[in-house]
Amino acid sequence: MKQYETVIGLEVHVELATKTKIFCGCSTAFGGAPNTHTCPVCTGMPGSLPVLNKQVVEYAIAVGLATNCEITRYCKFDRKNYFYPDNPQNYQISQLYLPICHDGYVEIDTPAGPKKVGIHEIHMEEDAGKLIHDEWEDCSLVDYNRSGVPLIEIVSEPDMRSADEVIAYLEKLRLIVQYLGASDCKLQEGSMRADVNLSVREVGSEKFGTRTEMKNLNSFKAIARAIEGERARQIELLEEGKSVIQETRRWDDNKEYSYAMRSKEDARDYRYFPDPDLVPVFISEEWLEKIKSAQPELRTEKMKRYKEEYDIPDYDIEIITGSKHMADLFEACVAICKQPKKVSNWLMVETMRLLKEQEMEPEEIRFSPQHLADLIMMVDKKEINSTVAKEVFAQMFDHDEDPTAYVEAHGLKSQNDAVELKKIVENIIAANPQSVEDYHNGKQKAIGFLVGQTMKATAGKADPGTVNQLLKQLL
Amino acid sequence: MANMISDKTIDYVGILAKLELSPQEKEQAKKDMGRMLDYIDKLGELDTTGVEPMSHVFPVQNVFREDVVTNGDESKAALQNAPGMKQNMFKVPRTVE
Amino acid sequence: MSILSLTAVELSDKIKKGEIKVTQALDEVFAQIDAKEKQLNCYVTLEKEKAYAQAEEVQKKIDSGELTGPLAGVPFAIKDNMCTEGTLTTCSSKILENFVPTFTAEAVKNLEAAGAVIIGKTNMDEFAMGSTTETSYYGVTRNPHNPEHVPGGSSGGSAAAVAADECFAALGSDTGGSIRQPASFCGVVGMKPTYGTVSRYGLIAYGSSLDQIGPLTKDVRDCATILETIASHDSKDSTSIPRKDTDFTTALVDDVKGMRIGIPRDYFGEGLDPQVKEAVLAAAQVLKEKGAIVEEFDLSLVEYAIPTYYTIAAAEASSNLERFDGIKYGYRASEYEGLHHMYKKTRSEGFGPEVKRRIMLGSFVLSSGYYDAYYLKALRVKALIKKAFDEAFAKYDVILGPVAPTTAPKLGESLADPIKMYLGDIYTIAVNLAGLPGISLPCGKDEKGLPIGLQLIGDCFREKKLIRMAYSYEQSRGGRS
Repeated sequence: MKQYETVIGLEVHVELATKTKIFCGCSTAFGGAPNTHTCPVCTGMPGSLPVLNKQVVEYAIAVGLATNCEITRYCKFDRKNYFYPDNPQNYQISQLYLPICHDGYVEIDTPAGPKKVGIHEIHMEEDAGKLIHDEWEDCSLVDYNRSGVPLIEIVSEPDMRSADEVIAYLEKLRLIVQYLGASDCKLQEGSMRADVNLSVREVGSEKFGTRTEMKNLNSFKAIARAIEGERARQIELLEEGKSVIQETRRWDDNKEYSYAMRSKEDARDYRYFPDPDLVPVFISEEWLEKIKSAQPELRTEKMKRYKEEYDIPDYDIEIITGSKHMADLFEACVAICKQPKKVSNWLMVETMRLLKEQEMEPEEIRFSPQHLADLIMMVDKKEINSTVAKEVFAQMFDHDEDPTAYVEAHGLKSQNDAVELKKIVENIIAANPQSVEDYHNGKQKAIGFLVGQTMKATAGKADPGTVNQLLKQLL
Repeated sequence: MANMISDKTIDYVGILAKLELSPQEKEQAKKDMGRMLDYIDKLGELDTTGVEPMSHVFPVQNVFREDVVTNGDESKAALQNAPGMKQNMFKVPRTVE
Repeated sequence: MSILSLTAVELSDKIKKGEIKVTQALDEVFAQIDAKEKQLNCYVTLEKEKAYAQAEEVQKKIDSGELTGPLAGVPFAIKDNMCTEGTLTTCSSKILENFVPTFTAEAVKNLEAAGAVIIGKTNMDEFAMGSTTETSYYGVTRNPHNPEHVPGGSSGGSAAAVAADECFAALGSDTGGSIRQPASFCGVVGMKPTYGTVSRYGLIAYGSSLDQIGPLTKDVRDCATILETIASHDSKDSTSIPRKDTDFTTALVDDVKGMRIGIPRDYFGEGLDPQVKEAVLAAAQVLKEKGAIVEEFDLSLVEYAIPTYYTIAAAEASSNLERFDGIKYGYRASEYEGLHHMYKKTRSEGFGPEVKRRIMLGSFVLSSGYYDAYYLKALRVKALIKKAFDEAFAKYDVILGPVAPTTAPKLGESLADPIKMYLGDIYTIAVNLAGLPGISLPCGKDEKGLPIGLQLIGDCFREKKLIRMAYSYEQSRGGRS
């Protein structure tokens, strides 16, 4: 068999985190009852007209800047015409001729070192409504709540060669967009969606093969499987002497198989033309500078700063900044308790353990920075010992419990009353003459036993270090 | 007539425009479209080299909305004219086979 | 003097003085409608009950001094392509036979806020595509001056209703002459303002880059007054232009001394009816005698306006009319097999032949492989046409010419040959392409007694020059005809 190379380009749709839709004042909030977030504009009522949400433009520019794009100073919206029920006007307002950003790149890490993945363009457009299939009546139902939610489509160059590179690129994009606050980028919920354009060619060939476009990929795993599946399918075709047809295919992740989305009613001739209802967007130097200066700190800058500001290991920095939410939590917590090392420790050890155990993403962490800071300070003040702290943390992790209140309610405060503790230790010494003798005979281990006994007597609420010191003193 | 419109073109445009024409209408459409295009071809007489296509007649730009929610639940109004409706949604023929 | 013979402003004046009640005006109008409508068919929908209810409220507000404007209490007719909340809005199409909008067009809202009483929705060419009001699904409208003739179009119902005293004034829309031409054919005043002056929000789009709403009235004063009322900067319409100079009634001045009038020779060539030519040139002579400077010039590119217009308008229309698909509103075919068949049957049964013709043409000129050759070419020629006007307005305040090559044709004469019908728009169409204001006002009648219209075209945002000149001309003819 010949050696083949896979050539992959991505079209990534990202739902922007605006409060309202791109062309009307309807809410973009998830989960409303069907059609409750609609108006004449986003349901395509006759006589309605679109007015552009300024925030959409600013987010698009922010993403463009963060991905090293040129910003199109004079951009326009075009209509993409096609009939489908989820598209109330039967045209989608998008950008074809003058997209807002173009010619950028992001850098990904590969086993062979850093690699640039080119960004062909980023354009703004509106999302479609949702179709629900009604099995009872054999019909479909349309909900326009998502119709008009702003999207940016990030179109890469065909620069990727493997599923690993694709995942690395997507992870990178996701972090950039999340750091900008432009979207939460959740694949499962559809706020980030990737269509994969894939072709294969013989190694060494200059010419691209015929590509297919794969849709319906809603997890990184599905993307990796679809790439493998499509690569194999195309190679098989070529090996059999057949040719690949340029088409759109839908990936079924359960069956691990894709099928062509073809219809004789689908001419794929979108008759793009400039939307006469919208006026051009002119991005002045001044406006661009304003957006540039308001650009939040991105990951690379943050990693650099952490290294300078906090005395924590590189590995911790890598993990913490790997999630915008975790980094925000870290910084907020440090701001309160001023103990970066300890905060990092809680995030790296206990938090990561529980995330893994509960199969959660860092974005799903619920506890507040204030509560983690409170917990750390309680340990510092020896109000609780580390065993108790872990128990309290688990509660915090699950329900964002207030640690102070929880410790109070469950009587978990440390037994640190010196007089009281001294009495208990004296009792322990009196009750364990053998161990005392062993200790005096040089058996250092014996003191461990006595500490354990004391802890037991205090129901684990004493501070083991204090107990140790006290024992040594009294013996 | 310079522009001969084929049956294939009429069928293709019918798919794009979602119009189903009777054989009679098709013949008429071929004739009409051919004549119109002949007429439009007159524009070819003009040299427009270097002329920017003018989609907007006035140089108005940057008309924006602020990102503030202004609309409430208008689902009743949205569905009021729907030919088919079920569970507060628009009912349409099945979209996937 | 009968109430019906009053202009809108005169009527409102008498209402405010307490000489006439709003309901009295309505009684007269509805009596006239009863008498004439069977023959003329100006309206698709009449809202008698609503109108009386509205009249009572308006009367109260006038009596309490809350409403003092020049249009308070005036019965109005609205072209049926403007959305009116709770009132059927059909665009004279079967596909919207049952469509009841949930909001009111901004222009109509502005009128209502000024105390106008909406009595009904007027007939038009289906989706404003046509020049005769014969393409309506709801029957033809006839010309009040001679019922064997068309009223013009597409705002034929509005023009005929004003001419037949079936209302005191009306709103129309003008994409390629659809206000000015029917105004000319029916002997009333009609004006298309500068693009962006009146909000398009709620106007069911035909050619979005060309459409403008404007008044059809009995005289120039009504025209200026209504335009002043409906003009507004609307944040719901991105193409709406903020203007501070919309006090159009201040231009009602009988003085044209020193105003420069350009007469394009290209507007008086082949195809122009000699009687129309004579009447229009006579009007120019009147203005000259009043002190205007009249000059002939070559506008150029006139014959390219029609193909440019039909390419752009059809392209935009093909997209604008995609939303009529049987899903969200309007007509849906009763029998079909699957989604795409539903679309096709609904649209094929719901749209009339002229609409289908333009949708097909528009889809074609935008389709892959033809976009550059047809659509972009048309946008380039549009730029040239705009430039030709810019050059003309460097020399002249107003361009004067006919509205249409002929007076109103007989019913049934136009539809047989679409291109011939399109040629009838030759003097009006370029105005829309260039976004300019244009006014049509009566300047005589032909030997058959059919009205002839005079067209004045101004530079963008120069409506006041048009109003001033139109008013002066009207005064010299002894007021409205």
